[in-house]
Amino acid sequence: MAESVVRTEKKAGVPGARGAPEAFPFPERPRLLEGVRAYGLIMAMWVRSTMAYRASFAMTVFGDFAVTAFDFVTILLMFSHVDALGGYTLQEIALLYGVSATAFGLCDLLLGSMDRVGRRVRDGTLDTLLVRPVPVLAQVAADRFALRRLGRITQGLLVLGYALVSLDIAWTPLKVLMLPMMVVSGAAIFGAIFVAGAAFQFVAQDASEVQNSFTYGGTTLLQYPPTIFGADLVRGVTFVVPLAFVSWLPALYVLDREYPVDLPEWVAFLPPLVAVACWGLAGIAWRAGLRAYRSTGS
Amino acid sequence: MRLYAVVAGGAFRRYATYRTATAAGVFTNTVFGFIVAYTYIALWDARPQLGGYDTSEALTYVWLGQALLMACAMMGGGFEDELTERIRTGDIAVDLYRPVDLQLWWLASDLGRAAFHLLGRGVVPMFLGALAFDLALPGSPWTWPAFFVSVFLGVVVSFAVRFLVAMSAFWLMDGAGAMRIVSLAGLFFSGMLLPLNLFPGLLGEVARALPWSSLLQVPADVFLGKHTGWGLVEAYAFQGGWAVVLLLAGRLLQTAATRRVVVQGG
Repeated sequence: MAESVVRTEKKAGVPGARGAPEAFPFPERPRLLEGVRAYGLIMAMWVRSTMAYRASFAMTVFGDFAVTAFDFVTILLMFSHVDALGGYTLQEIALLYGVSATAFGLCDLLLGSMDRVGRRVRDGTLDTLLVRPVPVLAQVAADRFALRRLGRITQGLLVLGYALVSLDIAWTPLKVLMLPMMVVSGAAIFGAIFVAGAAFQFVAQDASEVQNSFTYGGTTLLQYPPTIFGADLVRGVTFVVPLAFVSWLPALYVLDREYPVDLPEWVAFLPPLVAVACWGLAGIAWRAGLRAYRSTGS
Repeated sequence: MRLYAVVAGGAFRRYATYRTATAAGVFTNTVFGFIVAYTYIALWDARPQLGGYDTSEALTYVWLGQALLMACAMMGGGFEDELTERIRTGDIAVDLYRPVDLQLWWLASDLGRAAFHLLGRGVVPMFLGALAFDLALPGSPWTWPAFFVSVFLGVVVSFAVRFLVAMSAFWLMDGAGAMRIVSLAGLFFSGMLLPLNLFPGLLGEVARALPWSSLLQVPADVFLGKHTGWGLVEAYAFQGGWAVVLLLAGRLLQTAATRRVVVQGG
């Protein structure tokens, strides 16, 4: 796989790669489709390479499962001392947790390697991606695709399952629809943060940890009820970095709970719109970052 | 000895080079500090004096955790990625040929790394935490040196564990899986997620007896003045004991592993 890519490049000639489509054996496709196809191919390559060390793979899947499971174990340990945290029961927190962990897990599986952009800018390997006839975003997103991250999703789904079984919710069709909507829009909102964070790394090359505080930090924050955080923090994650739309606002609708900072009820239905808006902004940031990119030349 | 001091100094400078990364790390530690601090406030609101801490002691514990996370490498990170990579590629053969001791070399470099992270990523989050919350800072000036000795022992224990895992790469070839599981144990059993005093029953007893409690729980308790007099000596003995046992185990594994090395040439 890697071999054939290298050969294609040589044939195309580095400088004119984009301007010489006839040099490539692939048929023309719409750019989005092309990106998805490239993502799939690169992903398959990484999955095969991971499978070369099966024992290690099994351990890392378990590791990813367990590292997130420990988050919930921590909450369980807290509940061995108290009956409610911030006025919420364990089952209610499990719902918030399950939604946030599953949405984040899904996004992490698909885009979790985005934080490697900074390293690629530093060591100059990003240049290689730029000359390939494939959208850079697709290449970066699929870079080192880690199937082990399924462990994280599994854990989130288990906690979500526990919450749904143990909670006594007055289900309506709207509330039922809310569940898949939350997970998908939530994953998309997290995804936009990943892309925006990667764009930021074109500027600050070794600042990938800033991204972690919004992604990993975000999912940790959302695992607890909004009542325990200060009002300013809650406003921040509603209006500035709209993490509250991942799980808090839609999940509070399902739980029939009061919304934080006096928000109206209809905000619970906004997550898909918020996700689209976030992707629009992230896309602009990504393009700006890519245009501003100057190779280190190394 | 001089050589190892130079190695440690080099490692310190090496990490000091990444200024943006350090700033980004400080930002992340601070964000997590705030999130965890709020969850602890909710917990201690419901159960004051939980685990023998009052709220401000619990908050101090949170910020100590953020300050020591990188220095004590509770989630792993540091030399072991490099060492396992050298084992995988075979560069290790060159290292073994050098007139230095493999384990001491990496220990020196890890101490240099830890010293930088304590300064670079420990001081600022702790300071910001103290600004935003009411922390229980030491009353006696002697608590500070006592705390730093405990942190030093914690770093050595952390190194010894990670060295053992890195040695497993001689057999497993790819050390990533084993390393991940150990970093996981480090995160949970160091008390980073929740003080080990809050772990119930047998789980708590086991967690407090494992080597990882040397990384955060013991230094934090020294800082909070929970170990004084003979208690402090006992705490040091616990950390030092684990350090010696684990370093010796690492040494044994190193001897066994180096017999396996086949220089392939080429």
